[in-house]
Amino acid sequence: MKHKTSMSIAIVGSGGAGSITAGNLLLEAAARSGSYGILTRSVGPQIRGGEAAALIRLSSEPIDSFGDSYDILLALDWKNADRFAAELPMGPHGLIITDPEQGAIPAVIAGSMAQVRELPIGKLAKSVTKGRPNMIALGVLAEILSIPPEAIQAVLTKQLGDKGEQVLQSSMDTVTAGMAAARDFAKQPLPKTDDSGSGRWLVTGNQATGLGAVRAGIRFVAAYPITPATEVLEWLATALQKVGGKLVQAEDELASVNMIIGASYGGIPSLTATSGPGLSLMMEGLGLAVSAEVPIVVVDVMRVGPSTGIATKAEQSDLNIAVYGFHGDAPHLVLAPVSITDCLFTAQWSVYLAEAMQVPAILLSDQFLGQAMSIIDPPAAVNFKATRNIAQHSDGEYLRYADTESGVSPMAIPGTPGLQYTADGLEHAMTGTPSTKAEDHALQMDKRQRKIDNFDYGDYWAEVEGSGEFAVITWGSTTGAVREALRRLRAEGIDDIRMVAMRLLAPAQPEKFRHTMAGVRKALVIEQSHSGQFYHYLRAHYDLPGEPEQFHRAGPLLLRPGETTNQIKIWRQA
Amino acid sequence: MNQMVDISATTPRNPADYRSKVQPIWCPGCGDYSVLMEITKAMAALELSPEQVAIVSGIGCSSRIPAYSNCYGFHGIHGRALPLATGLKVARPELTVICTGGDGDGFSIGGNHFLHACRRNVDITYIVMDNQVYGMTKGQASPTTEPNWDSVLTPGGTGIRPFQPLVIALASGANFVARAFAGDPEGTTQIIIAGIKHPGFSFIQVLSPCVTFRPEQREWRNQVRPAPVPTTADPSVAAKRIMTDDGFNLGILYQGDRPAYKSGLIASSMQADELSQEFLV
Amino acid sequence: MSGRKQGGKSQPIINSIRELLAHALALEIEAVERYAELADIMSAHNNPEVAALFRKMSQIEKLHVETIHEQIDHRQLKQLPLIKYQWISAEGPETTDLADLHYLLTPKQALTLALVNERRARDYYQAILQSTVDRDTRVLAEELAVEEEEHVALLLSWLEKIPATEDNWDYDDDLPSTQD
Repeated sequence: MKHKTSMSIAIVGSGGAGSITAGNLLLEAAARSGSYGILTRSVGPQIRGGEAAALIRLSSEPIDSFGDSYDILLALDWKNADRFAAELPMGPHGLIITDPEQGAIPAVIAGSMAQVRELPIGKLAKSVTKGRPNMIALGVLAEILSIPPEAIQAVLTKQLGDKGEQVLQSSMDTVTAGMAAARDFAKQPLPKTDDSGSGRWLVTGNQATGLGAVRAGIRFVAAYPITPATEVLEWLATALQKVGGKLVQAEDELASVNMIIGASYGGIPSLTATSGPGLSLMMEGLGLAVSAEVPIVVVDVMRVGPSTGIATKAEQSDLNIAVYGFHGDAPHLVLAPVSITDCLFTAQWSVYLAEAMQVPAILLSDQFLGQAMSIIDPPAAVNFKATRNIAQHSDGEYLRYADTESGVSPMAIPGTPGLQYTADGLEHAMTGTPSTKAEDHALQMDKRQRKIDNFDYGDYWAEVEGSGEFAVITWGSTTGAVREALRRLRAEGIDDIRMVAMRLLAPAQPEKFRHTMAGVRKALVIEQSHSGQFYHYLRAHYDLPGEPEQFHRAGPLLLRPGETTNQIKIWRQA
Repeated sequence: MNQMVDISATTPRNPADYRSKVQPIWCPGCGDYSVLMEITKAMAALELSPEQVAIVSGIGCSSRIPAYSNCYGFHGIHGRALPLATGLKVARPELTVICTGGDGDGFSIGGNHFLHACRRNVDITYIVMDNQVYGMTKGQASPTTEPNWDSVLTPGGTGIRPFQPLVIALASGANFVARAFAGDPEGTTQIIIAGIKHPGFSFIQVLSPCVTFRPEQREWRNQVRPAPVPTTADPSVAAKRIMTDDGFNLGILYQGDRPAYKSGLIASSMQADELSQEFLV
Repeated sequence: MSGRKQGGKSQPIINSIRELLAHALALEIEAVERYAELADIMSAHNNPEVAALFRKMSQIEKLHVETIHEQIDHRQLKQLPLIKYQWISAEGPETTDLADLHYLLTPKQALTLALVNERRARDYYQAILQSTVDRDTRVLAEELAVEEEEHVALLLSWLEKIPATEDNWDYDDDLPSTQD
């Protein structure tokens, strides 16, 4: 029995079968057993009772992407499950566990030629008082993965403890029944490390984003719910009640962005989170923040676009609007985390940068990073905290928008005597008074550009790994698949490919890039967008060696390590 | 019934203290000059320190006001003055936040925010200088323009019933609803003082004639009158009055006792570092 | 609540020299400030001739302020009472209504506004002298009324020298311009 370094498991079910809950519990038990892992959900459009799939990958090493195919697919039922077919690649080595009372396996899934084992999940659940099929599923999987019952007991206690002793007991009894029923299944031991996993985190990217923001000093949030960003706001609502601060639910995204501008103008680091459609609405407000030089952070948890698109799936197609969506020339910051762990750092750094330069920062996360629950090593604590250049006094007339060398001018906070000024979207003189004069516009334009151009971003602008004459350039969540692909290639002896995963997307960093790409002969740009937004952005602002190529696809199906490996190989050999 | 504040007695503060050096761009004869004067008189009477006041506006002629005052100010984008002011006041409740703008900025593009600001009842005073026209963009009908007012964009008039801001404000939950006239300095100043003092969202519609695009509004001085009834705290009484008046009754038409939105940052009871405890496996 | 219709004000009731002088001082100071503001507005709108006229009016009113101060010193009144001012118009009688401006205001029209102010001030003092029950107040009010009548005469003679306002005084080829 070969110990795999990673396994992928899917639990599908509908109509309140609880497949997602089972998946969460499995992930948590795996975490406590020492695994790394990741869980995402795929759901039908219904609010309740819809078809739902828990998609889990467990590993003995940190992972940032889906696997290539599923080792186990357990179906509580098959209603509308063909919806998930494209997301459930399986091969002949996979195992489908199906309840014969729930009908035939959809042809498109059965066509994978995976093995099939029948198990009367429904009947087994009924055999326990108040037994539920998803707990049978949990037991079955625990048995196959050799997860000890105590680990399951522990996570059940944690999750269901407040529902009372009876619920807890019947759940555990059901799990036990499931375990017993799967006793003769071939074991596929849980990939895990040797430690108990304590000290690791079980966290989503949305939660990590919120935590990074709070660590940096965000204390005012305006919130308008939108899938898949709502959890950032909900986490912050609870967090701010503990660390101090305030969250206001706004009537729309136009209100959100303007509220945070108001609060930030008042001196409080402020943030909001949204997705593509909301970012479109916020554009005018973002422009105001640029002109008035008020720091704000807007998190865009990207989803499939355009327009309403597919709210529950990731894509990397908001790069264009984030970088180019402003009317006029409006220098600002665009950043993107490269992994779930990195959501914490990049959020924290974004707040720090926005405050340091008195400029808006757009943070491009995506639905995959945002909503995937992941087992990660605790992120390193970093020291980036909001530190605004605040005006305390003025010799002579206070010039809010003074022409300083760095481009950053001290900002008076309301309440400070003698430094009153009016912030403005209108172009203005150094005093802030509206001005239509050419020289004022030129001065302010130069100032606003200079302040972000001259800033020392250090090495955080990108994650660079490896060396060699080949380079794969990527950003955001595809970094996970690329990293894993390059790991596999190195294991095959191919180690002349470097990875550049960009964290700072705007302003462009041509100097640093040139330095990083020294010696590279061929470049491949990998991203998750239909039009190749990142590729074109790079072509516009950077020098790429030779004839750069691209591997890209729109959402909703995220790039997997296997196909990424193949694409890199083909390109490298060409 | 509030005591009238003595606005003309010698106070430690001179209304002129609240003016900046920036010259207004408004057409001579514009009602907004008077409103600016009335706002400064109110602030002087209340002895507010300029650095403790923030005037927040949107886009339009009347939205130019913040630059003409010596207080902190934010001249924001069209229709978004109220959320800007809301964010500022909630984050910094000790500041006196006055929100200003026109009828187009406030009731058209800003309509949604108007509803929710009244509903939210944050302690802000919202002064709308209503001239029943879009002045800055050269004379289009606004939500408060009468339906048969001819314009290039809407020949023959919009044919649409005008928006009734006082009714909407009352129905949405504003705690203080008043109408004033720019050409009534005494009355308007008193109303502004009362609005600032009254907790919660205070909405003041100031009829402010546009001398360039609505010169006929000069007649307003002969049409306005003090409201012939006392202020009420009963919303149903206020509703009936506001829905049946001719738009020229001046005064505080409703003054309620809804508690104001709880502004201010919640005090800290935990360090940020402790928040990660919840993620531990 | 309040809201006073212009012209419909109640009769001022002033029965002491101190009160009368407080009002006299306040109305002159308000006139100084308002004329200065009008001058700034007309200057910003490129009507220097009328701006200069308002500037001059502001200076003239400053002299009137000094005159009142002399009255106060002469009577050794140290502190004037803090009172709610009683006018017969929306603002002080010599305060031009901001709504009465026009960017193309002619000198004739500007001085006519000033004339209205002086007449109103005269009417104001006359109203006081007719209604006061205090003899000293009546005497002073009459003096002040007479002074205002002199100002009226001055303005009338000044106005005679100013050319009449033409029929197309407010004609402007250019359309209004938009800013935001």
